Amino acid sequence: MAYDKFTVLKSTAVPMPIENVDTDQIIPARFLKATERKGFGDNLFRDWRYNPDDTPKKDFVLNNPIYTGKILVGGKNFGSGSSREHAAWAIYDYGFRCVVSSFFADIFKNNSLNIGILPVQVSADFLDKIFRAIEADPKTVLEVNLPDQTITILATAESESFDINSYKKHNLMNGYDDIDYLQAMKEDISAFAAQRIY
Amino acid sequence: MSQAPATLFDKVWDSHVVRKIKDGPDVLFIDRHFIHEVTSPVAFLGLEQRHLKVMFPEKTFATADHNTPTINQHLPVKDPLSANQLKALEVNAGKYGISHWGLGNPKNGIVHVVGPENGITLPGMTIVCGDSHTSTHGAFGAIAFGIGTSEVEMVLSSQCIMQPKPKKMRIKVDGQLGKGITPKDVVLFIISRLTAAGATGYFVEFAGEVFERMSMEGRMTVCNMSIEMGARGGMIAPDETTFSYIKGREKAPAGADWDKALAYWKTLKTDEGSVFDLEHHFSAADIEPMITYGTNPGMGMGITQHIPLAQAAGGSKATYEKSLDYMGFHEDEAMLGKKVDYVFIGSCTNGRIEDFRAFASIVKNRKKADHVTAWIVPGSHIVEQQIKDEGILDILTAAGFQLRQPGCSACLAMNDDKVPAGKYAVSTSNRNFEGRQGPGARTMLASPLVAAAAAVTGVVTDPRTLMSE
Repeated sequence: MAYDKFTVLKSTAVPMPIENVDTDQIIPARFLKATERKGFGDNLFRDWRYNPDDTPKKDFVLNNPIYTGKILVGGKNFGSGSSREHAAWAIYDYGFRCVVSSFFADIFKNNSLNIGILPVQVSADFLDKIFRAIEADPKTVLEVNLPDQTITILATAESESFDINSYKKHNLMNGYDDIDYLQAMKEDISAFAAQRIY
Repeated sequence: MSQAPATLFDKVWDSHVVRKIKDGPDVLFIDRHFIHEVTSPVAFLGLEQRHLKVMFPEKTFATADHNTPTINQHLPVKDPLSANQLKALEVNAGKYGISHWGLGNPKNGIVHVVGPENGITLPGMTIVCGDSHTSTHGAFGAIAFGIGTSEVEMVLSSQCIMQPKPKKMRIKVDGQLGKGITPKDVVLFIISRLTAAGATGYFVEFAGEVFERMSMEGRMTVCNMSIEMGARGGMIAPDETTFSYIKGREKAPAGADWDKALAYWKTLKTDEGSVFDLEHHFSAADIEPMITYGTNPGMGMGITQHIPLAQAAGGSKATYEKSLDYMGFHEDEAMLGKKVDYVFIGSCTNGRIEDFRAFASIVKNRKKADHVTAWIVPGSHIVEQQIKDEGILDILTAAGFQLRQPGCSACLAMNDDKVPAGKYAVSTSNRNFEGRQGPGARTMLASPLVAAAAAVTGVVTDPRTLMSE
């Protein structure tokens, strides 16, 4: 599915300083029953966001109007658990384009990159700085610069660089995906398959 | 010149690389692809939108498991959304010529149970599925891991995915396991030591005496939960135990093909002198029956211990307190004696015959505690039949338990088997995340023996106290 190209994102951010945010919290399994990819943002963080009677939980960050933006900042080990790509779909569909954490679970990171969300892994110290900056001023703007591979707290100019392999970076900046790449090498794949024992 | 020593993981991975992309992922060929109703429909939709075909339909196998009810499977599925997904799987499999073991098929069951028991899973393969517990198949010396739906679409359309090669970790457990200590306890112990993120970025090889002596069922339980410490997957070198498990299974190689396969499988071990990025060693003597007290699988403890203090548990204090608060537990409390409302035995972690034998060994000549609701759910119809053939069903029935039909059941609250808010469940499944077994449900992960002990006493109980010498 096509996604928006990612180059430089300047945005306020939503802070979620909780560790081990797992994909069952991001999107509980009972909301995985669709056969199309739409509307998952409505159930993003469903059980943290809503009471059992569907009224919003006032103390949850997504229900607090002072926090907005296209960047979600999470605690260590973000996206652990299930392989459900629906978790990344829900984050994208809600309007986030970038998730920042000091550590990501592998499958979540892959899924995010595959659908056009940039996972930015920063040091624990820098993550703490971001949380403190947002706490002091919820209108704090972060700049995520993919070409330069940097993330900056604009008000203080504090900045850190992040890693991404050049293949995925190229894909995100151009809106390409792996399926296009693999379709272009089908002959090599056929030749490879022919010599497999299974 | 002799080749440099290689690990089991390197041997299997490197032999599947179709292309290496500079400063990018490897293009990895996939030998076996399992699909189920939940994570495949959008991938098929993607194929249609791009006008792509399934490149090798004979390498993909479909089974329905996540949404399926575990009673009255002969009746139409009541939940229209679940029914729709099950129908979509059937239609997509039919359209593209993919083998489909749907609801009611005698081969139906949980994907990670039916793959191995039908001989689809073999040593040295690369195996993927849109399900994180695909790591289960690593028990056979395969590289097996969970993928997202975009990757399901990649495998369908090109039989490849693009993955950076993970780092390598070896976890050795030596010594002899004590009475009442099961493979589930071994893996919960390891995760409690490494934490829920302790193996993220790594592919794990489990080695040492404990795994060498373990049955295939036990090895599957261990590899199944390698994702719960963040690992991309876990694997165990194939040996005689592996070969004798595979031999004669429906889709396993036979005759000359068997001999050829066996010769290859015997090369699948880590060479002496191989280097891992990280190694951990544990002693079997340190492991006791385990139970989790928090909301991730790393929050586990020996069943006779007390819940750790926040500072001893590591991580942020706020996260720790949030977790204990959800569970309704406190630091330094004992777990023994805590009331249990629900017991679940089943899932891709502990839904195999050995697990039901263990469960039956405790409940035999005892009665289910009156206040406990128990879900006894085989991993497949083949396991269900074994339970009947071995007389386990009679033991369960005499003790007041009802055997249900195969499926993922109460592991993930996608079907009708949900634990109500605030209730406590001892579960042999793999995740104790908030709401995993139903909104507000409180899950304690444990072995089939601990589950059985809880089912008959109604409280958290050390199963060793119920075992004969």
